[in-house]
Amino acid sequence: MTVAAALLVLTDGRFPAGGHAHSGGAEAAVRAGRVTDSATLEDFCRGRLHTAGLVASGLAAAAAAGVHDPRTLDEAADARTPSPALRRTSRRLGRQLMRAARAAWPSPALDALAAARPQGAHQPVVLGLVVAAAGLTPQDGAYAAAYESVSGPATAAVRLLALDPFEATAVIARLAPDMDGVAGEAAEAVRGGVDALPAASAPLLEVTAEQHAAWPVRLFAS
Amino acid sequence: MHKEHAEAFPQRHSHSAGPPLGPAPGRPDGSRRALRIGLGGPVGSGKTATVAALCRTLREEFSLAVVTNDIYTREDAAFLLRAAVLAPERITAVETGACPHTAIRDDISANLEAVEDLERAAAPHGGLDLVLVESGGDNLTATFSRGLVDAQIFVIDVAAGDDIPRKGGPGITTADLLVINKTDLAPYVGCDPAAMAADAKTQRGRLPVVLTSLNSEDGVAPVADWTRTRLEAWQQRETVSQ
Repeated sequence: MTVAAALLVLTDGRFPAGGHAHSGGAEAAVRAGRVTDSATLEDFCRGRLHTAGLVASGLAAAAAAGVHDPRTLDEAADARTPSPALRRTSRRLGRQLMRAARAAWPSPALDALAAARPQGAHQPVVLGLVVAAAGLTPQDGAYAAAYESVSGPATAAVRLLALDPFEATAVIARLAPDMDGVAGEAAEAVRGGVDALPAASAPLLEVTAEQHAAWPVRLFAS
Repeated sequence: MHKEHAEAFPQRHSHSAGPPLGPAPGRPDGSRRALRIGLGGPVGSGKTATVAALCRTLREEFSLAVVTNDIYTREDAAFLLRAAVLAPERITAVETGACPHTAIRDDISANLEAVEDLERAAAPHGGLDLVLVESGGDNLTATFSRGLVDAQIFVIDVAAGDDIPRKGGPGITTADLLVINKTDLAPYVGCDPAAMAADAKTQRGRLPVVLTSLNSEDGVAPVADWTRTRLEAWQQRETVSQ
C-alpha cells in the first residue's frame, strides 16, 4: 500500500536530517560571484538539478525499487562522485537521514544498511530505502531527490545573499517542470542495470566542493 | 557570591534540578553513555571560556569531550585547541549553516553524531563520563533539545545589561543552571549582580542561579560543583540501571 502523504513528511524542509547546514555548492558559487541574485540562482539550481540532482534521483529511485543490493548502489554512488569532499558530505547526510528515518519509519531494510555502513551510506541510497519504508514508490524517491537538489541551495542562498525569500521560493516553483522531467528520466533509468543509472557530472561543483572544504571560514558545511 | 552558593545549591537534589526522567542512560546495546550537558547563551557571554575552565577543573577527575557549534565553523573549537584544555581528538566542531539554534534544537542529527563519534573513539580508552555541547552564540530564545542533552547551562554576563534576567526567555527561565558571568566587570558597567540574580530567581522558581568571574582563581567553581553533582547523580542511575 502506498502512503502518498508520507512524501510531504519526508521532503518537508523541517525534516531533521541535517540538510540545513549544507548549501549544495551555493556558498562557493556565491563567493565566486556566479550566484548574485534570483536569476543566477535559478541558473545554478537548474544546472545542479540536471547533473547532481539527476544522479541522486536515479540512485534514490533504484534503491526504492529494491531490485539491487543497497551496498551495490552505494558503490555506484561512489563511482559517480569524484570529489572526496562530496563523498564525505553525502555519507554524512546519509547517516543523518538514516537516524531521522529509523525513528519515523522503522524498517529492517534501514537497520540492515545502517549496520552495513555505520559511518553512513550515500544519502540518495538511504533516501531510496526510506521512501520504500514509508510506503512510497520509486518515482516518489526520484522526486524527493530532485526536489532536495534545488531546495537546499535555494534556501542557503536566502541566508548567504539576504535574497528575498519569496523570490527564492519562486525560483524553486519555476523549476518544477524540470524536476518532473528529471524524476521521470531517473525513474525510467531504473529499468536498466546499475550501470545504466544516470551518471551526469558537474565538474565545477566537484572542483568548488574541494575548495570549499578547505576554507577556514564558512557558513555551511558544504 | 558566596551567598549565592548557599541559596543555589540546596536545590540541586530537587526534582527540577535533577537528571531528567526517562529511559536508563545506557545505549541500546547496553554500553555506557556519557552525561551530556549543553551550554548556551548570547554571543560573548563566556560560554567557551566556561567550557575551557570546566575542562581544566574536571579533566583530572572525569573523562571529558567537547562539541562546539560555531556560527562560522571552527572558531570556538580552535580556541579550545589552542588553549589545550583537552586532547585534540576530544574536541569536535559541528557546522551549523548559519543557524546555530537549529543544530541544537530542531535538527540535532549532526550534534548527536558528533557526540557518538567522540564516544566511539574514546571507548577503547575507558569511554567518556561527560560531553559538553557548546552552542554557537545565539540569542535569548535558543535552548537545547532534550533529545541532545541531559541538562543545560545558560550563560549570560553582567556587561550585556542587567535587564537580561528580567526579560526572560526560555534559556533564562528553563535552563537547569543559569550562570551570570563576568561579575568582576560589574563596577565598570554600572550593574548590580545581586539584583540580576534576584531578577533571575523570580523568573526561574527553584532552578539554581550562580555568579561567576572566570578571571578570579577557581572562578568556575560554582559551575564545576553543579556539574560534578549532576554527574554523580547520572552515574548512580547508571549503576542502578545495570
